[in-house]
Amino acid sequence: MPELYPYAAARIHARELSLLSRQNLEQLLAAKTYDECLHSLHGMGWDEGDTAEEILVAETEKTWQLMGELLPELEVFQIFRLPVDFNNAKAAVKSVVTNVQAQHVFLSGGSIEPESLVKALKDNDFSQIPEWMAKPLQEAQQLLLKTRDGQLCDVLLDKAALDAILQAGKSSECALLREYAELFVAAADLKIAQRAILTGRPAAFLKEALAECGTLNLSRLEAAALEGMDGLESYLSLTPYADAIPALKAGASAFDKWRDDRIMALIQGEKANPFTLGPVAAYFLARQNEIAMVRIILSAKRNGLDVEDVQERLRVMYV
Amino acid sequence: MTFTDLLNTLGVPMALLGAVLAALMAGIGSAIGVGMAGEAAAGALTEDPSKFGKVLILQLLPGTQGIYGLLIAFLTLSNIGILGGSADISFAKGMLYFFACVPMGFVGLWSAKRQARASVASINLISRKPDQFGKSIILPAMVETYAVLALLVSLLAVANIGKLPL
Repeated sequence: MPELYPYAAARIHARELSLLSRQNLEQLLAAKTYDECLHSLHGMGWDEGDTAEEILVAETEKTWQLMGELLPELEVFQIFRLPVDFNNAKAAVKSVVTNVQAQHVFLSGGSIEPESLVKALKDNDFSQIPEWMAKPLQEAQQLLLKTRDGQLCDVLLDKAALDAILQAGKSSECALLREYAELFVAAADLKIAQRAILTGRPAAFLKEALAECGTLNLSRLEAAALEGMDGLESYLSLTPYADAIPALKAGASAFDKWRDDRIMALIQGEKANPFTLGPVAAYFLARQNEIAMVRIILSAKRNGLDVEDVQERLRVMYV
Repeated sequence: MTFTDLLNTLGVPMALLGAVLAALMAGIGSAIGVGMAGEAAAGALTEDPSKFGKVLILQLLPGTQGIYGLLIAFLTLSNIGILGGSADISFAKGMLYFFACVPMGFVGLWSAKRQARASVASINLISRKPDQFGKSIILPAMVETYAVLALLVSLLAVANIGKLPL
């Protein structure tokens, strides 16, 4: 039986009332100028910071702070910290190999301090780094030293991140996190296949980049991607991701929207769950989603983009 | 001392075992239930302290089983002479007291735990929809029905066993 979190679940359900709704996003979008949009955002409680970036960073930190208050240890949310860890790993490897001091490239919210990654790479001593990070970190460093190809290094670390996320999901006692990990990795594989088709990448790239997951057969996905979009469509029609086909055909942005909407659909059931870690994880994902949406709107306002174009990109909201 | 006399010395211990069972099991159920509902209540209050009155009622609902268990145990102790009066209880009567206490013990334990889950769910409901307090209190209160039925059976049995010619 999974561990119960009645305190966290009750508190998070109360917090859900303050999440941004679709109406709130429409209100932000209706603002005539960037400053007016920021003013509306302040009125919605997003008031820590004067610039868009300051506000978004503050909201992300507030979310992590709340998670820290609710959970006895953040280890249960390792799945959400891994992308940050591997992003920092990429920056650390490039910084050490190119001998350029990394500034403002590390993200907060990971489980490993970026300084530890840099130190391990400089000293070539990975004994203080967790096993799931030590091996790919070392391999990425060797690869970059040998090839000087930053993309290859990124592919290696991205795949390691997906493997670690799937593993973290499998070992979680929370059903939502298990399903989320599977969906996250499968969506990443589909995006890799889409990118390979659009840019004409060879089979070797797919072999290097695709990560194992339970709902996709990698050899069939690889073969389908090499056949082109029609091949991918015929393979996906046999998988739980048949509804992703129109989005994959429409492009990267449409596929990102499909993935985020699918995640929102996955977490909807947690609104009625008063006991487990699920509602807390759902809230975290909902916050990530709304921060991403506000980022899109602010960016659109700053660059004077068309409202209708932005509306098409808006995701389904949790509340 | 005959075998029957020897057996009859076990009358009071058997009845006492029943009383202990009723208080112990129902009490454990209530402690677990009130504790769990209390955690949820604290979560709701952290975000909105004005809901204290509402969540307190929901937290206390799983606590009634412990009181029912105590009532049955107290009545049994009175009837078997531990709290005064005659302690002349045959083995047959002792067994009857024991079985009379069983419904309150088992139903008390189980219903308190299930009622706590309903209370936690209701606390979450009013966290999200504060205007639904009326409905939220009815849902866990439904579980109380079965604790009250068990109380009635145990109460009627314990109160009337003394009148039996055993």
